[in-house]
Amino acid sequence: MSTTRPATAAPTPPRALNLSRTTATAARVLRQLHHDPRTIALLILIPCVMLFLLRYVFDGSARVFDGIGASLLGIFPLITMFLVTSIATLRERTSGTLERLLAMPLGKGDLIAGYALAFGALAIIQSALATGLAVWFLGLDVTGSPWLLLLVALLDALLGTALGLFVSAFAASEFQAVQFMPAVIFPQLLLCGLFTPRDDMHPVLETVSDVLPMSYAVDGMNEVLKHTDMTAAFVRDILIVAGCALLVLTLGAATLKRRTA
Amino acid sequence: MMNYSSRPPEEPAVHAQDLTVVRGPRTVLRGLDFTVPRGRITGLLGPSGCGKSTLMRAVVGTQAKVTGTLDVLGSPAGHPALRTRIGYVTQAPSVYDDLTVRQNLDYFAAVLDPGRAAADRRHENVTRAIADVDLTTHADALAGNLSGGQRSRVSLAVALLGTPELLVLDEPTVGLDPVLRRDLWQLFHTIAAERGATLLISSHVMDEAERCHRLLLMRAGEILADDTPEALRTRTGSDTVEDAFLRLVDEAIATGRTQETTQETTKETTR
Repeated sequence: MSTTRPATAAPTPPRALNLSRTTATAARVLRQLHHDPRTIALLILIPCVMLFLLRYVFDGSARVFDGIGASLLGIFPLITMFLVTSIATLRERTSGTLERLLAMPLGKGDLIAGYALAFGALAIIQSALATGLAVWFLGLDVTGSPWLLLLVALLDALLGTALGLFVSAFAASEFQAVQFMPAVIFPQLLLCGLFTPRDDMHPVLETVSDVLPMSYAVDGMNEVLKHTDMTAAFVRDILIVAGCALLVLTLGAATLKRRTA
Repeated sequence: MMNYSSRPPEEPAVHAQDLTVVRGPRTVLRGLDFTVPRGRITGLLGPSGCGKSTLMRAVVGTQAKVTGTLDVLGSPAGHPALRTRIGYVTQAPSVYDDLTVRQNLDYFAAVLDPGRAAADRRHENVTRAIADVDLTTHADALAGNLSGGQRSRVSLAVALLGTPELLVLDEPTVGLDPVLRRDLWQLFHTIAAERGATLLISSHVMDEAERCHRLLLMRAGEILADDTPEALRTRTGSDTVEDAFLRLVDEAIATGRTQETTQETTKETTR
């Protein structure tokens, strides 16, 4: 073992968001996934298989497939990104790499934006394949542009990433993290209008569904399904989903503490 | 390299006064006063659970609920400016198991020294750090497939990236074979001598104490001794640091008992 004098690094002043550190983090997360091809295959194939299954479950009633299929295009990215992010961040917390990173000049924003960027890229592939399959092969009847479906799906993926990051702070183990899925996602799934229109629900539940972000994700999908243009309701829906994602990401950043007990 | 001439030479790398850390209901460090001199290897020794890791986390700035004075390289511990100047290795190897050795180091190097302009310098630093811990032949192996000792060396290599003026190493030689331990201690001495870096190294293996320039002996959240290995042996009249430590512990227990009994007698007389 020998040592030479190391090259000197110019100190970089800490900033809220550093583009190089953010992309380095995103590249690192994608490299980790690259060593895990089975996870990538599952992430990308499962939504397609489910849509395929659903199409033939409603073989006799194509209208029902249109409604549920479009909603599911928004729900899949949310659920999968929620699961992937909550486990990935939990592993970061328990392996000590988070403590190491936060003792280095990495901003919390860099870390979170890096994760959002990496999983966002994955979500684009996942959603593009699922949307393409549904629209061109399974005969999903969309009045509006499939690009808008993709946009909503991407925002849903970001929301899922944000929620996963946030709840990972409250999970001490992978067991607990997985249990947050039914706790955080299932109520939204029941109340988002997938099973019954939201205005048919008990008034109390309707109010609850009004404050849950997944309701707007599903509403947005349905707007694209029924209208050729971007409606005002669609713009409102995607703004609400994006706003919620940003809010939860900020809350998630607050759970990353440089000093811990 | 950093220019040390502008700084007064007597300023220590770490200066603590009345350093206290509370974790939950327990006071882990009780009003510690100590200094860590610059450019030297200071060993932090004591039985497991005595507060070594907590002390190191306080120095690095990742420990919550720290009170008292704790200055590191001239700034209060945890100051953002210190983050590029300190290398820290936790007891459990903190690296990504699903990345190769080189990919792990590439990422941490990009965090320390970001930007495309620094790519060549980063590559050089990464290659050097891998060579420093003798993992060149394993550079493209997944960290998760390495042995425990190899993984802790990957973790150590991360701390050697860049130019840390202070290296805080929490039990870096645990579970390593004697040859590797000797090589690493040689590396630590080279880093101190050639780069002028300060090293704070914890261990519960007493024979490693002889290799340090200075020792901080800890027990139950308190510092029993702060001296050179020779001075400790002479003061306690022991042949090894281990014997010296045991003597100091026995003394501390004895004085603790006398204090307790005096307290009890005072209680009884006041009753």
